[in-house]
Amino acid sequence: MRATHHPKPAIAPGPARGKYSPTVGAGSQTDDMSTSTRQSAGKPWGDAVFRGATLAFAIGILALFAAMIAALWHESLPALHKFGFSFLTSAAWNPVKDDFGAVIPMVGTLLSTALAMLIAVPLSIGVALFLAELAPEWLKAPFGTAIELLAAIPSIVYGMWGLFVLAPVMADHVQPWLASHFGFLPLFKGAPMGIGMLTAGLVLALMILPFIASVTRDVFLMVPKNLKEAAYGMGATTWEVVRDVMIPYGKKGIVGAIFLGMGRALGETMAVTFVIGNAYHLSWSLFAPGNSIASTLANEFTEADSDVYLASLIELGLVLFLMTFIVLGLAQLWLKRGVAGGGKP
Amino acid sequence: MTQPGTQAATQATTQADTREAASAANVKEPVKIAIRRLNFFYGDKQVLFDNTLDIAENRVTAFIGPSGCGKSTHIRCYNRMFELYKGHRAEGEILLDGVNILDPRQIPALELRHKVGMIFQKPTPFPMSIFDNIAYGLKLHANLNRADTEARVEKALRGAALWDEVKDKLHQPGTALSGGQQQRLCIARALAIEPEVLLMDEPCSALDPIATSKIEELIDELKQRFTIVIVTHNMQQAARVSDYTAYFYLGKLIEFGETEQLFTQPTKQETEDYITGRFG
Repeated sequence: MRATHHPKPAIAPGPARGKYSPTVGAGSQTDDMSTSTRQSAGKPWGDAVFRGATLAFAIGILALFAAMIAALWHESLPALHKFGFSFLTSAAWNPVKDDFGAVIPMVGTLLSTALAMLIAVPLSIGVALFLAELAPEWLKAPFGTAIELLAAIPSIVYGMWGLFVLAPVMADHVQPWLASHFGFLPLFKGAPMGIGMLTAGLVLALMILPFIASVTRDVFLMVPKNLKEAAYGMGATTWEVVRDVMIPYGKKGIVGAIFLGMGRALGETMAVTFVIGNAYHLSWSLFAPGNSIASTLANEFTEADSDVYLASLIELGLVLFLMTFIVLGLAQLWLKRGVAGGGKP
Repeated sequence: MTQPGTQAATQATTQADTREAASAANVKEPVKIAIRRLNFFYGDKQVLFDNTLDIAENRVTAFIGPSGCGKSTHIRCYNRMFELYKGHRAEGEILLDGVNILDPRQIPALELRHKVGMIFQKPTPFPMSIFDNIAYGLKLHANLNRADTEARVEKALRGAALWDEVKDKLHQPGTALSGGQQQRLCIARALAIEPEVLLMDEPCSALDPIATSKIEELIDELKQRFTIVIVTHNMQQAARVSDYTAYFYLGKLIEFGETEQLFTQPTKQETEDYITGRFG
């Protein structure tokens, strides 16, 4: 019985021959995959044109970047001449006497961004984990879309919401509670006015959360199934798999997402302008109103009635530009060093 | 040029024989895992049908069969890995030393996975140092001091024949090793928590021949201490490393027996067709 079986395999290699033949005319007659036809048919200048074009685009970006810095520098020359380096160390902002310094808006920008990051980063990672790992299947898509839609709300809408909805809530409930429980800290002293640094940080946090959360979710979704199963296979709980495998594996992407959010928070204008209070004084209290570079610019350009005033505002813009540049540059450096120890190669 | 009549006849005998084959799938040695009428479903789709066999203690049992025959699905029941996915469900009994491991009330998944380690097709080093990769399971399951942890890590790495290659770079990332080394790292990681059973799901399919032969030598050594179940596409490998072999086709256990007997005198026509390369 067995002898009657033909040892011929079911899928014979013969008929497959035509399948691989490329449609370049006579090519189908050659049995081996000869590349000679490709070489002779290739246009020698095609690659050069392509390379040149992409190079030009890349240089264009750099040129634009340089032109922006040059223009900001040039327009801020009156202020640079008058104040010199002390512009960066002075807390003055007096349009009447034409005396300007960048400290208060700089502190406001950094502080509101730091607050926003402090609130948004843990929340976003939590949201991303829920979306990637824990949410039931039917909830994942609608919830993910909702998060992404949050990113599409115009910032002025966030600002209006912050001013008309969030600020009263902060003034009536959140700030009094904070003051009564943590009032011994200088951070939570002062009148609960609703608008101020804390509210600005909170609105910023809500604005950058969808960015960080949706990128982080994608990072978590890219963790190989095998790797997660290996960790579960060791007897790890879901939390342990997340903490020890998924977050370290995606560290680079998560940090990238955080910096994306931070870059946005540093330059955010309208929403912050609505709720930060626009006051020029430094305070330890997060309840106190302050100012950020972007909100200063938004508020005061139309009022700048002297050359030095205008130049000072433009110099503030230059400072914001350089600040963002330095923060993101440091982040890149830190990322390179930090990830060398672990993460994927 | 197949003969339809013969084919159909073989098919018919297969179905009639499933029960009989199941009852024949016993071993004469001490049994570590007894699988009784294991059925598995992905949602509504049944992919394993009444699998019944014994896994002998301190022996290597190989599962062979064409892709999609259910052999990986089968061993993923031994550590309840399928529980991670919705709609995956197993029925029947898998008795590990008499305890039905499919029943969460008899043994929680975390405890089960402490007893049953798993090695995957692709090496899966965690994003941490070589040392921490091995120490990871120890941290989860045992509360050891630094010195004990170091001793256990060294023992595990020696057990996986990797110690000499990595002893000077224990604090480098595990991902920096070669593929074969990474796979031995994963074996060491599984050994460190001292499981009783090691499941290997095509552990060599991503490795070159030299790395493969190292893993095979290792499997031979490890069976002194562990019960090993290995899924493989490579029949030579099954013949080389295993004591028992099970042939799966379309979710059914077609034939099970001592490896030598199964490869030289298979009792079923399909088994012979598969191992002689006529099919699959």
